[in-house]
Amino acid sequence: MNIETNPQAQDAGGAKVRTGIADCDIHPSPRDFEKEVYPFLETRWQRYIESYGMVQRVGFMGGTQYPKGQPRASRRDSFPPGGGGPGSDLAFMRQQHLDPHNVELGVMIPLRVGQQILNIDLAIAICSAMNDWQIAEWTSQEPRLKGSILTAYQDAGAAVREIERHAGKDDFVQVSMLSRTPEPMGNRMYWPIYEAAAAAGLPVGVHAFGYGGTPVTGGGWPSYYMEDMMAHSQSCQALITSMVFEGVFERIPGFRLVIVEAGIAWLPALAWRLDAIWRKNRGELTAVKRPPSDYIRECIWLTSQPIEEPDTRQHLVDAIDWIGWDRVLYASDYPHWDFDDPQQVLPVKLTRAQRDNFFRDNAFSAYGLSDG
Amino acid sequence: MEALSEAEAPAAAILVGTVDCDVHPEPPTTAELLPHLDPFLRESITQRGIGPLTSVSYPPNAPMTVREDWRGEPGAGPALARMQRDLFDGLGVGTAILNPLYGLQVLMSEDMAARYATGLNTFTARDWLDRDPRLRSSIVVPMQNPEMAVEEIDRWAGDPRFVQVMMLVMGEMPAGKRYYWPIYKAAERHGLPVTLHAGSMYRHGPTGLGWPSFHAQDYAANATAFQTALTSLICEGVFSVCPDLKVVLAESGFTWLPGYLWRLDKYWHGLRMEVPWVDRRPAEIIASNVRFTLQPVDAPPTAADLQRLMEHVGCEDLLLFSTDYPHWQFDGNHAVPDGISATQARRMMIDTPRATYARLSEVMS
Amino acid sequence: MARHVVASVEEFDKTDRKLVQVKGRPIVVFRLGEEWFAMSNRCPHMGGSLCEGQLISLVEAERPGEVTMSREGEILRCPWHGWEFDIRTGQSRARPAAFRSRQHPVSVVSGAEAESVGNLETFEVRRDGRYVVVEI
Repeated sequence: MNIETNPQAQDAGGAKVRTGIADCDIHPSPRDFEKEVYPFLETRWQRYIESYGMVQRVGFMGGTQYPKGQPRASRRDSFPPGGGGPGSDLAFMRQQHLDPHNVELGVMIPLRVGQQILNIDLAIAICSAMNDWQIAEWTSQEPRLKGSILTAYQDAGAAVREIERHAGKDDFVQVSMLSRTPEPMGNRMYWPIYEAAAAAGLPVGVHAFGYGGTPVTGGGWPSYYMEDMMAHSQSCQALITSMVFEGVFERIPGFRLVIVEAGIAWLPALAWRLDAIWRKNRGELTAVKRPPSDYIRECIWLTSQPIEEPDTRQHLVDAIDWIGWDRVLYASDYPHWDFDDPQQVLPVKLTRAQRDNFFRDNAFSAYGLSDG
Repeated sequence: MEALSEAEAPAAAILVGTVDCDVHPEPPTTAELLPHLDPFLRESITQRGIGPLTSVSYPPNAPMTVREDWRGEPGAGPALARMQRDLFDGLGVGTAILNPLYGLQVLMSEDMAARYATGLNTFTARDWLDRDPRLRSSIVVPMQNPEMAVEEIDRWAGDPRFVQVMMLVMGEMPAGKRYYWPIYKAAERHGLPVTLHAGSMYRHGPTGLGWPSFHAQDYAANATAFQTALTSLICEGVFSVCPDLKVVLAESGFTWLPGYLWRLDKYWHGLRMEVPWVDRRPAEIIASNVRFTLQPVDAPPTAADLQRLMEHVGCEDLLLFSTDYPHWQFDGNHAVPDGISATQARRMMIDTPRATYARLSEVMS
Repeated sequence: MARHVVASVEEFDKTDRKLVQVKGRPIVVFRLGEEWFAMSNRCPHMGGSLCEGQLISLVEAERPGEVTMSREGEILRCPWHGWEFDIRTGQSRARPAAFRSRQHPVSVVSGAEAESVGNLETFEVRRDGRYVVVEI
């Protein structure tokens, strides 16, 4: 196989590039919420949103207390020339990202609306509408793009029904959750969701962010956006710890987890630490039959972005050696500001197998897709 | 067989003169503490039936809290004698820096916490430091109130056996916030490092996702708490306000540091304008102002992996040797993990502690 | 180094920047009042298109919270990851010694002089006009 990220550069002779890349984190957003999403919402919810908004566990109507580094947290050049917000124009997304980077599989994760709305009935309705919207506006228009099933995971029963509603559709490749859950992610309140995902043959993709309501650090709320962004890796360490120690991977055969947009280099040290703690606390961790690193190695994938950039780039290769070259999925985070360009993301010498794994094959394994 | 150079030779042995930078004296019983307490607190304890302040961070009978062969059997003698036997005679440590873990930081009353802190430090001086010249200690401060914490630092700073100030890594708010700066300024003024030790005031769940189910998760969460605390210290500009301050992260783990720094460095390049007072690379700030105790190592599976990781760490002066006695972090006398070179071991056992704790040289010479 | 006429000054009446191609290389030209700057359009970090970036002030702080702003419009912020570059030197604000956006000498010449420069690939020169010349 020959992975090419830039067909123009390699394809001067008109020969067909056989395969492209998989981008495991793309963020679409509605250009016009009323026009695109209202058709999937009951009138009462439309009126509710207009009166009260979509309130989460955060003090601002518009979301985060940490103003972002760029408007809409997006690349300045990602605002479509025809209007609308970044990620809201399929034609422009094709032109700016999918075509030039030869994206063969693009996994979409809608972020701005949906999960963790406090009014649980509204959360259920919105998640459902956003899933229908993904099909109507995106996956039915562009076969390279696949969606993520948004779930109101505070209510596991509702989440399960939503998963079952879409199971088997090739529009979706994963179930979506956000990393900052109200309770640690291994808690049993969430198990039915994991069971339903496994039964549907889908991984759960946990994207960084969310408003769980608790401070993002064990020592309270930090001051700066930079700290909030840094803390995504710590939140993901906490959720993996919770899932491993609660025995989620042991209890639910076939359960697969994809961690999205938290970087990667923190995983090896976490696995080493959990192994050491597990060895000494077997009496407490009765559901954990094998060393935590075993479950992590077998059941967890990570998307690459934002990729760490050590001065000595070989150090990153060491880190991926420890994680496993079959575990890391390329992701751009398009159209967001901390976008990783596929041609710049790993400026090291890679073997062909490493390259194929990183840019394509791992994604097909993680999402259980047949190799197209 | 070829002779190994000092740098390549394995480093299992603890050298003569080794400083152990994280050692825990057995917490006092209420009866042991009472004589050292302020009369009002003493009466409150008896009148209100206040028991020992045992934090959930270290359940006394949990496996990691005391290593099995270091547990006192009934009749095993006083805690100091056991420490002398296990740590000084058994492992060969030369000097031990005590980090007293007593749950006073969990109290909600600032005044009560301050009275406990004074009593605990007095107990440490009388019942430990006075009885073995190889012991040094941290000054435990009431984190509930930085002004009172400064008073406590000023109270003990004249005693050269107190070599640093101790806080817990998880407080009301992240460690770098301006609220805590009076503590850092006082420590810097006295030439005392501040150690952030594993543990929490439990004002918040110990993870960014709230309260976990198991002690093992709580313990695991300390490493992430150290990471976020370090981010806070750097982003808030603590080291541009207190350039001479040394912060020691104790019982933090350190194998997470390289990957953490790559991420922090990347964000700093893009978000520098949010924190323009951070005018050096985070790695440079850490190299000059932050140190890590050795245990728990959270080591990779092989010595070769640890060697690779030490290359990623890069700086040779970041680690301070520790056993974390009596916490169970290693078995037998295997305090130095395979993969640490003899040169690295010498630095962490002797050179770096002496450079970090100016007061060690004062009283040891 | 060869001189290339890349734009007329009039083209900067309503904008402070223009992306031009010189010998196939994307170069962004900025006008700050009567000063002109030209640099490679590719961010040395990950290749973001610098002509889409913002020109901001130099933000510094001696102490936390005590922020000073100076040199308005002289710091170019990459439209992707927000890396900042000094428009006068091309140096990265975070690490001046390690990262630099490649600068090119730029000047403004009369139409007459522009004709003598040659390398007029894309437009006609009026003798009474004024033109931007980049050296590469």
